[in-house]
Amino acid sequence: MFDFEAPNRRQLLTAIGKAGGAIAMYQAMSALGHAMPSQFSGPPKLNGAKPGASVVVLGAGLAGMVAAYELTRAGYKVTILEYQDRPGGRNYTVRGGDVIKEVGGAVQQVKYAPGNYLNPGPWRIPYHHQALLHYCTEFGVQLEPFVQQNYAGYVHSDKAYGGVPQRYSEVAADYKGHVAELLAKAVNRNALDDTVSTEDKQKLLEAMRGWGVLDKDMAYSTSLRTSAQRGFDRAPGGGVNGAPTPSKVAGLTDVLDPRVWQTMNFFHNTTMQQTMFQPVGGMDMIGKAFAKRLAGKIRLNSKVTKIAQDDAGVTVSWDDVASGKKNETKADFCVCTIPLTILSQIEVQVSPGMQAAIKGVPYHSSCKVGLEMKRRFWEQDDQIYGGHSFTTQQITQLSYPSTGFFKAGPAVLLGAYAGGAAAYAFGGMTPEQRIEAALAQGSVFHKQYRAEFSNGASVAWSRLPWIQGCASTWSDELRKEHYQNLVALDGRVVLAGEHCSYIGAWMEASVLSSIDAITRVHQRAMAA
Amino acid sequence: MMRLSASTLAVATGLLVTALAFTSGTTSAQSLGDTAGTGSETAMSATGEQTYREICQACHLENAQGGTGAGVIPALASNAKLSDADFTLKRIMQGYGGMPAFADMLTPEQIAGVTVYIRTHFGNDYHEAINVDEVKKRMPEPE
Repeated sequence: MFDFEAPNRRQLLTAIGKAGGAIAMYQAMSALGHAMPSQFSGPPKLNGAKPGASVVVLGAGLAGMVAAYELTRAGYKVTILEYQDRPGGRNYTVRGGDVIKEVGGAVQQVKYAPGNYLNPGPWRIPYHHQALLHYCTEFGVQLEPFVQQNYAGYVHSDKAYGGVPQRYSEVAADYKGHVAELLAKAVNRNALDDTVSTEDKQKLLEAMRGWGVLDKDMAYSTSLRTSAQRGFDRAPGGGVNGAPTPSKVAGLTDVLDPRVWQTMNFFHNTTMQQTMFQPVGGMDMIGKAFAKRLAGKIRLNSKVTKIAQDDAGVTVSWDDVASGKKNETKADFCVCTIPLTILSQIEVQVSPGMQAAIKGVPYHSSCKVGLEMKRRFWEQDDQIYGGHSFTTQQITQLSYPSTGFFKAGPAVLLGAYAGGAAAYAFGGMTPEQRIEAALAQGSVFHKQYRAEFSNGASVAWSRLPWIQGCASTWSDELRKEHYQNLVALDGRVVLAGEHCSYIGAWMEASVLSSIDAITRVHQRAMAA
Repeated sequence: MMRLSASTLAVATGLLVTALAFTSGTTSAQSLGDTAGTGSETAMSATGEQTYREICQACHLENAQGGTGAGVIPALASNAKLSDADFTLKRIMQGYGGMPAFADMLTPEQIAGVTVYIRTHFGNDYHEAINVDEVKKRMPEPE
């Protein structure tokens, strides 16, 4: 075996850059897993469909509409069958005048003021979700920043800081300061001598002093310097009384509460990093832009009951939801984007492996509560402009609107975004109970809550009749067993949607999975 | 996922189990999608009935009557399939056909408790005790 010292990554890239120029360097970086934000490499190039070739698309969510849009452009005759009375699927926005009907019979009449809305499903777009952003750009969907990280937002734990919410700037500075102090102590007590060289020890100490804003004794302590990060008791001002007063740093124990580091960690995920976007006016602007381009091709209120296929083609049986009248649609191929919660109950003529996959992938739920408040007290009283506050309570987080800053009049605050077990707790409540729970728990952050509350609406995904769940929940074991079977082109039928991706519940997942599915359909159609 | 050390009692009807679960910042499969981050990933309920109210009724409804939309959420009330305790546990822990898997969200005590509850209520009359140790053996390995 050859023994050699491996060059570090930067040396390697520099060498490649010198030898092959920038393009070689970019390709090498991409191969090493960097500088590649998305698997998206442009819209599919599906030219020259055979005359008369047809595709039936099931579901008018983003996956279905991407498929229909691109296949139509390629020359296919396309029909979309959609169960709901609106296109868009989970690309969904709730506004005043809308009605939310639940399994179990609950009905909510949404009373938001004109212009206000709740995005119950997708609500923020990572900057690297390039496939989705491509279609937004192509269709002229206006995007604005979604404020993701706001240091003025609160962090609340019932087990820390005496249960009193702290500003994110305070807990972040305190956490960093205490960790830095402890690490510096360990270094100075020679506790790390077996792993850290003398030279690195000095560098590390200097880093901890700067990063943790430590004092001359290498301690994290109350000072104007630490207050410059965590905030002052009395902010710097002008004139005679301009001198600031520092705020008191918290002790180590409070800082170690999981809610503190979990909140900081949350923002480190690539899907949660700024810059994020939202469409102006509501997330469904994207779905509407697709639907506009598919006018006449979407058949709403159509409940699919069977998907059959043979050598000649695909036959989809469906009922008109209102009349119950039975119909059939025939096509050469079928792109099925029906969520597995529903598809698993429909007769589908595909391989046993795909059938097992359709039934084998569980879904999780989610619940959002949108509270309309009479005024933007979080801006006017608390100087919070967008972003979130986090809590250990079931509402999990508040989110402040990322649009309409400084406007007078009512605004909708996201009063709960419950996942995990909390999603089911909220799902099991009546709509009135959800509002009450959101108000009771959210009051920990804002004493103005009760006085300023106007009305509210909630969307518990497990109770929505058209999906009866939120999104697929994959595990490594399930991927091994089912993933390739689920995404395979099975004769003339292929599935698409977030459940057919490694991305999870993001619109990007629907778009990328759809592009992949129709690319394979087109290849097979051309080969036939 | 961290859990408090569990009671070794077999859970029988009406016996209170004081099991606690707390959020430990685990990365569930769900966190790949858009998520509220690290909120209440685990249930808080102590008794089988409380777990039914906290978790199950979000889909199966208040009286376990199930519901119909584009698909059907089966009624648990008077459901002969629940006579099979093994089947019931497997569905709760692993999910199936759109039903979530709850092994990551519930403690063995909560799983045993709610299994006993649904099998002895809503017109079901299956009074077999569910051994918490048996449930533990089926729990997935911590991530």
